Amino acid sequence: MTVYRGIDELIGETPILDVSQLSPNPNVQILAKLEGNNPAGSVKDRIAKAMIDDAEKKGLLTPGQTIIEPSSGNTGIAMAMIASQRGYPIIVVVPESVSVERRQLLEIFGAEIIFTPGEQGSNGSVRVAQQMAAEHPEWAFLYQYGNDSNPRAHYETTGPEILRDVPDISHFVAGLGTSGTLMGVGSYLKEIKKSIQIWAVEPPAGENVEGLRSLEDGFVPPVFERWGGQDLLDRKMIVRPRESIECTRMLVKEAGLFAGISSGAALAGCRKAAAQIESGVIVFVVCDYGWKYLSTGAWTSDLDSATASTEKIIYF
Amino acid sequence: MSISVRLPTVLRPHANGEARLDVDGGTVGEIIDGIVRKFPGMATNLLDQDGSLHRFVNVYVNDEDVRYLEKMETAVVDGDELSILPAVAGG
Repeated sequence: MTVYRGIDELIGETPILDVSQLSPNPNVQILAKLEGNNPAGSVKDRIAKAMIDDAEKKGLLTPGQTIIEPSSGNTGIAMAMIASQRGYPIIVVVPESVSVERRQLLEIFGAEIIFTPGEQGSNGSVRVAQQMAAEHPEWAFLYQYGNDSNPRAHYETTGPEILRDVPDISHFVAGLGTSGTLMGVGSYLKEIKKSIQIWAVEPPAGENVEGLRSLEDGFVPPVFERWGGQDLLDRKMIVRPRESIECTRMLVKEAGLFAGISSGAALAGCRKAAAQIESGVIVFVVCDYGWKYLSTGAWTSDLDSATASTEKIIYF
Repeated sequence: MSISVRLPTVLRPHANGEARLDVDGGTVGEIIDGIVRKFPGMATNLLDQDGSLHRFVNVYVNDEDVRYLEKMETAVVDGDELSILPAVAGG
């Protein structure tokens, strides 16, 4: 056994679990990449480490400097964990509508939290962080939505791990947030094997964002545009909260896998893909485990009330 | 052929507050045209000057983003549902 010298050395090299019992097609395998195994609990550990390492190397982040970052939760949690170990104060700007557990984890890792109105969704947090970063040029603004280290972390680590462990992969399915996972893994896989299909799933997050004054307040991550997202993705689909919860429950019941709600959405995308193809091997990302969503009642309440409480929070 | 269209909160003021519309058409483009004919205030919200979909607007047929299907030419049939959503951040 290796003895690790720092918590961030535990990031990456996550296992893959065969959950093909959940495939609607006996000729299609479904495999789950368990990113909840990362030390701060999500796939975002990879990009947090990559962005901080890169900023240190370029001299954009110097000892004791304050970091500011907008996040719907997981990136902020991952950055706060690393910042706490490297001596950087960190301010995370989050929508009020994140789950209570995400707030608690930010506090546990010592982040200062600034809340933006829930009805503005993540777009509101991005706007406020951009303003504050402009007013405080002395702070480091690594900006996950526009930082190439985000997709690059997946291009260099997640993608190669998947291809090494599953050389016969035919489809890759992941949630679309900053687009970093899909851009990085997707670019890597398609460079090696052009035929691999890249499918994105997303929640209907924009449906009830009341704080948008007009569509001009919309947001497409710069990372998505720079990495040619529209050409890279083969399909993109909405998975609604009810179906996401149903699939999250299936993962527990059929595979003993206690995954977060966005992983249920990704499984729904896999099942849709599996039903449409003759045969194949689908890999999807279990972005995090279920702990941060217990307060939604996703596993314990009846489906209607679990859906209602999930609609009120940001879980991607 | 009448297709049910779901509107996001941000667009409802341009459609007399309606959350759902029934619009006739056989492709996504025809449905969007139908919406704009009925509610001219929608035009600048949905389309760019060249008539393509606004970059901050995503349109889905049965929850599949039409940019990855046949875009405005994507066919719709009776019973399909079209959803319009603003692009928002995650992460």
